Amino acid sequence: MNKKQINNILIWFSAIVLIILIMTPGLWVVLTAFRPQVDVMAKPAVWIPRNLNLIQFETMLFGGSEGSMGRSPIPVLSYLRNSLIISFTSTFIAVLVGTIGGYGFARHNFKHKNKYFLLIMLTRTIPGISLSLPIFIIFSKIGLIDTHIGIILVFVALNIPFTIWLTDGFFRQIPRAMSEVAMTDGCTKLQAFWHIELPLSRSGIASAGIFAFLISWNEYALVSNLARSTDSKTLTVGLMDFTAQFTINWPGMCALAVFIIIPALILTFMVQKHLVTGLTFGGVKG
Amino acid sequence: MAKVILLGVSKFYGKVQAVKKIDLEIIDKEFLVLVGPSGCGKSSSLRMIAGLEEIDEGVIKIGDKEINNLEPRERNVSMVFQNYALYPHMTVEENLGFSLKIAGLAKKEIEERVHEAAGILDITEFLQRKPSQLSGGQRQRVAMGRAIVRRPDVFLFDEPLSNLDAKLRNQMRTEIKRLHQKVSTTIVYVTHDQVEAMTLADRIVIMKDGIIEQIGTPLDLFERPATKFVATFIGSPSMNMIKASIINHNDQLSMKTNDGIIVPVPKDKQNFVSEGQNISFGFRAEDIVPLKFGQKPSSAWEMQSSVNLAEPLGTETLIFTNFGEIEIVSRMFTPEQVKSNDLLDFALNLDRTYLFDENSGLAI
Repeated sequence: MNKKQINNILIWFSAIVLIILIMTPGLWVVLTAFRPQVDVMAKPAVWIPRNLNLIQFETMLFGGSEGSMGRSPIPVLSYLRNSLIISFTSTFIAVLVGTIGGYGFARHNFKHKNKYFLLIMLTRTIPGISLSLPIFIIFSKIGLIDTHIGIILVFVALNIPFTIWLTDGFFRQIPRAMSEVAMTDGCTKLQAFWHIELPLSRSGIASAGIFAFLISWNEYALVSNLARSTDSKTLTVGLMDFTAQFTINWPGMCALAVFIIIPALILTFMVQKHLVTGLTFGGVKG
Repeated sequence: MAKVILLGVSKFYGKVQAVKKIDLEIIDKEFLVLVGPSGCGKSSSLRMIAGLEEIDEGVIKIGDKEINNLEPRERNVSMVFQNYALYPHMTVEENLGFSLKIAGLAKKEIEERVHEAAGILDITEFLQRKPSQLSGGQRQRVAMGRAIVRRPDVFLFDEPLSNLDAKLRNQMRTEIKRLHQKVSTTIVYVTHDQVEAMTLADRIVIMKDGIIEQIGTPLDLFERPATKFVATFIGSPSMNMIKASIINHNDQLSMKTNDGIIVPVPKDKQNFVSEGQNISFGFRAEDIVPLKFGQKPSSAWEMQSSVNLAEPLGTETLIFTNFGEIEIVSRMFTPEQVKSNDLLDFALNLDRTYLFDENSGLAI
């Protein structure tokens, strides 16, 4: 065996170990969702599932009580509705505002531009959870606790800096000559943006949108403070409904987790495609 | 009618003045080339005409209309960019028709005009392709097509050939000239390549450090350079330039180089120089010829020097030799094999020797 082969084996071995490390918790969640509670709680642990079933999903979605420890089913559909409304609305607003901001930073020069940019990015260095108390106090004073609008506002604020940063990069990649030639071609600035620069940066905007959506979709800590009832609780916060005073319905919780992961997983694959594809500038030399 | 007039036009970038109060009148249907080294203000001037840069000072008119405050789209100019700037997400046909679509023309007319332009530039077969599927020369042609489709008053070219390889560049150069003959529209063309300027232009504007050094026809600039800069910039190989001071040598005004070589002042220049004046004198490679290998000029000054290097080019050979300590180039029109260190007699044609005042740089 020569050196190159040994190297290859080492690389593959470490890759496989890494993948196992990363995948195991996720796989465990998925498996648990299909296993009966007794199996999950068994001591000594049962590593290889003995029987798999869909009871948790049936209970969650259609309300049966069999095998769900007699607990009344949680209002998953209300949570789903809240999650969808909050995620889509906040993503739409964040991408709209963030794209305009990113374009501004990429194309226009103004005083202290770099400082403003840094300031906006710095807001991302603050851990979101440290904001939860101030936000809670402010929201409770103006009546935004347990409302869609309140949570949407938080996500918009959270996602705009990232969208600005991402779209700024994409707009910078488009040569200025593109919009200049469009403007001598008879476009107003807005038309040049709409017909030329926007379509060319759609990968970037799509990625920004998907990222913003995933952040809103998966967020737990902030929403758990701001949402009180089925009026605004999202799916992630709904996970806590599976905990009772002395017991936790692990299979039920995992079933909901799987339910949450699926759209996120689909979107992640889309991000990957967009990020890998990037932009192809056929119109420019190179 | 689409003459373009620049009156006292300036451009500032922060504190740097890139264009310094230039005046220029571009005649209707003229092919005018702005040429100069990078940073001379030629591109800024062009972009001010296009409306892509603010005019900080002065007035620009197209036709009789002042355009200072008009948007680019209101100026009826078309610009061709160095990197083509084709819209990558549109086909060639959509690229060509884009301006007409924005202008709200009927589909049928757009199609007619796109095909007409495609015909002129011979790109009809590529109409359905995307820019990424085209070669550099084809992209350049599409960029030009996009400009002519609009039937603008003025074409603006910003170094359109500098991304192409040498062979393609020569070919496209000819095509641009032909295009000008076909559409006969005013063209303002920016380049840093003096060969492009010489071959394309009706008139050339040479710029340096934000000011215009000289305006004239290509031959004007070649035969009567107004400044030392123009003399060395135009022509290939570059004009030989030697520093000297005027002395009285045996009752004759002469030029004494720093190495002590004494050359008589050409007859027609004698009344315009005075003793002690610092000058440079310049002569082109073809005006200092190796004796026996070319016709001896009528008013010749002769010297002997050894060959440093010879570059045979077929119809001629360039000989690098020393004039005192300074290396100069000589052109041998009837090439014979010469080797390094061969000792040759050279004759300098004094009638075609240019003098420049060392302080002002102006021709004497």
